[in-house]
Amino acid sequence: MEKNGYLDLGYWVQKKAKQLGASQSALGIRQSRSVSVDYRDGKVETLKESTQQSMWIEVFAGGRYSSHSTNDLRKGSLEKFLTNAVDLTGYLEKDEFRKLADPEFYEGQSKVDLDLNDSGQSDITAEERQNRAKELGAYLEGKDERINSVASGFSDNHSESYQLASNGFEGHKESTSFSQSVSVSLQGKGDKKPEGWRYYRARHLDDLVGAEQTANEALARTQDRLGAEKIASETMPLLLENSNAASLLWRLMRPLSAYSIQQKNSFLADRKGQQVGSDLLTITDEPSIVRGLGSRYYDGDGLAAKSMPIFTKGVLNNYYTDVYYGNKLGWKPNASGASNLIMKLGLRSGAEIEAGLDRAILVTDWLGGNANGTTGDFSLGVAGWLIENGKRVKSITEMNISGNYNDLLMNLIEVGNDPWIHSSFRTPTMVFDKVSFSGS
Amino acid sequence: MVQMSRRDFVKVTGTGLALATLPGFIRKGFAGVSTGDNPYNFYFQRFGIDEAMIRKVMAEALHYGGDYCDLFFQNKLSNSIRLQDNIVNSASTYITLGVGIRVLNGNQTGYSFTEDISLASMKAAARTAAGIASGSAKAVPPSFNSTKLMNYYETKVSYEDVGVKDKVGMLQSINDDVFKQDPRVVKASVYFSDSENYILVVNSEGGIASDYQPMLRISVGCTAEEADGRRENNSFNYSARDDINFLTEEKLKRLPREAVARTVKLFEAKTPPAGEFPVVLSAGSAGILLHEAIGHGMEADFNRQGISVYSEKMNKKIAEPFVTIVDNGTNPHIRGTINVDDEGIPSEETVLVKDGVLRTYIHDRISAKHYGVEPTGNGRRESFKHYPLPRMRNTYMESGPHEFEEMIASVDYGILADQFTNGQVNIGAGDFTFYVKSGSLIENGKITAPIKDVNIIGNGPDVLSKVTMVANDLKISEGGWTCGKNGQGVPVSQGMPSVLVSSITVGGRG
Repeated sequence: MEKNGYLDLGYWVQKKAKQLGASQSALGIRQSRSVSVDYRDGKVETLKESTQQSMWIEVFAGGRYSSHSTNDLRKGSLEKFLTNAVDLTGYLEKDEFRKLADPEFYEGQSKVDLDLNDSGQSDITAEERQNRAKELGAYLEGKDERINSVASGFSDNHSESYQLASNGFEGHKESTSFSQSVSVSLQGKGDKKPEGWRYYRARHLDDLVGAEQTANEALARTQDRLGAEKIASETMPLLLENSNAASLLWRLMRPLSAYSIQQKNSFLADRKGQQVGSDLLTITDEPSIVRGLGSRYYDGDGLAAKSMPIFTKGVLNNYYTDVYYGNKLGWKPNASGASNLIMKLGLRSGAEIEAGLDRAILVTDWLGGNANGTTGDFSLGVAGWLIENGKRVKSITEMNISGNYNDLLMNLIEVGNDPWIHSSFRTPTMVFDKVSFSGS
Repeated sequence: MVQMSRRDFVKVTGTGLALATLPGFIRKGFAGVSTGDNPYNFYFQRFGIDEAMIRKVMAEALHYGGDYCDLFFQNKLSNSIRLQDNIVNSASTYITLGVGIRVLNGNQTGYSFTEDISLASMKAAARTAAGIASGSAKAVPPSFNSTKLMNYYETKVSYEDVGVKDKVGMLQSINDDVFKQDPRVVKASVYFSDSENYILVVNSEGGIASDYQPMLRISVGCTAEEADGRRENNSFNYSARDDINFLTEEKLKRLPREAVARTVKLFEAKTPPAGEFPVVLSAGSAGILLHEAIGHGMEADFNRQGISVYSEKMNKKIAEPFVTIVDNGTNPHIRGTINVDDEGIPSEETVLVKDGVLRTYIHDRISAKHYGVEPTGNGRRESFKHYPLPRMRNTYMESGPHEFEEMIASVDYGILADQFTNGQVNIGAGDFTFYVKSGSLIENGKITAPIKDVNIIGNGPDVLSKVTMVANDLKISEGGWTCGKNGQGVPVSQGMPSVLVSSITVGGRG
């Protein structure tokens, strides 16, 4: 379908929903095309290519609400789909909090061109994709005699969407993303075959890290896992590698949501304005980073995306408040979820920080585990290195870190100057003191 | 059994939508496995296709040769409805329709899909998938023949005949029961979803198979608050390949009871100490240990690629002789059960470990051919948007010779693990984890204080060799487990008798 065809279809759906009895509606239509090529040990393993489209609609009728989606966008099908969607809504109970956003919150979108779409994407040939995927793996040929297998992949995606709300919102997004990965399996001791990998993603092809660097990092990270063993349980500092730090902090996003607060499932409830972390904890939600992986002009509620402090010097500033749970709590909406997250940086690099630690564990990999958002308790599997006198002395695995986020955040004792820009959460290296590691 | 009027709102429930959306939909035969003269007419009409179209698309897919191709047609109709803050205030429907086309050339896969089931669109997708090969065209089979399939999830009622009003009443009744259980309850939520998945697989070896796959899931969540302001949250859920009759009166009463009991128990719970301890796993969803410690490592793609910790262990002893582990796709109405896999291979019971010895990998077509063995019916995919991979179904350990009480009595100091939420594994190194939401300490052979929120981490082959007792009380989980691999989620289940692992690292504190 042509570009304007989707917008026209959106307005047709909006009008049809109103005719059928919806007092209000919000909807989105998305089309995307993805291609991926995977190589294993010098041979193509899979080629995958697809184009897909879908529509979602939220129906507000008689004080009631329901949501629906379909990938059958033929008008005849959509008409029946909408008839049933509106009918179904009538059988639910009334909910006074279900409303579209007040149009005042649609105002103030970033005027900056976020440059999320790489127009060169459509020129990439099948041959170039194959070459890129192949090249990633080829750098490791003959590099280590313990290599069992090397898998490498390249993929790209273009997507475009329109979003409409019946009280005057119209949004359009177009973006691309490119990713490449290398994973390596090495023959370790006995039957063990440790794996390691590196993955990079970017909005523009030119921003991807070089293939050789990606491959070498994947191999080095796998070699690091050889001979890894657990050590005795101990409480000591946790040094978090910048590329892996986000996993630990992402788990705060749910307790920071108005949904969790309103449902009484957040250990951060009633803490706004309070000191919840050390004064090194400053995190801002920043939706307007040019070419940012989490950048956006508006969110799923149509709210204009704006920069928002989450923590400043350890003080909790804001909860993520969507329209619905904001209405329930009597709060103004700000954003339905995170965009890009950036941290206030420190002065030293990861290497400098590491060199200054007497005894700590550097965590480079996570394995499972979970957190209890209601209480803040967490318990997570880790692998990495034991650091003694600033040196990596032993590769460790099969260990857990356990504790409570209330203590962990207060024990943040250093933040590096090296944000990991290949993620929407741009975490630098971090050190948390007094973390409980369990092992043998 | 809840009394439900079945036909009140046919038009407003989810499949009512499909009824209206899809031309030629025939109500007859919804129960799945086809019989009669034209067993696939129901599916052909559902997808608006015929054998001539299939042939044309297949000819396109085999245009550059290739060893094999298949077409996977899917139409899935899903509904969900949710209660929150005492009202049933949200419902969703989700319709998905499309066809995935795969071409195999040795171990190489070409894949494409389309949501538009027109001849032109399907031919274009087929030509894309065909690009994996580079030879001369192959012939399309002269006819398509089916294998007789069993039906492990016979149903009497379609979800399109279950009215929204009935669902609303059911959710409200559960909500009322949650608040009746304990005065400390401050929030409750109830979520019910159902889906009906229609699949048709046709391949270049002349095979054809179809299946109707129903699924329900119901989950009750609860938050409780103590006088001192402490809060805890927990949940309980059921999932089954069954119709609404699965939800008996007894189950509907148990849902709120378990959700609340599991929540308030957490107020008494402590964090266990850190280190290696004996762990007794309660019968049931503790099968998560098998899923992670051995199940994934036995998926033949990882072994074919030489990257699994189990790649060189076939026919070797890996556990005590009382340990037998199976992956079974035939347990009636269990969430991971399938009549046929997504490559058209009939489901079966596959024995991974027999009397402590490693016996069979979990295969899809590619790996079965690679190893020169029969496929095991484990070729599964999330949807037509994905190609199939070797995936688990219901993975469990058979009952053994010991008694639960005997295990507890044998432990001086350790953990009894009861409720699990998630797990993960590194296939090559064999390290795996599972998260224990709640359990108890075992001290001097007795169950003592409750514990909560602790991750357990071990190494697969090492932990299996440390299963020193297996009780005679196998239970298969009736919960809603979803297994993720290569970005694809598929419904599974797992089971376990009570077992004792003599030593494993518990992620406590201090």
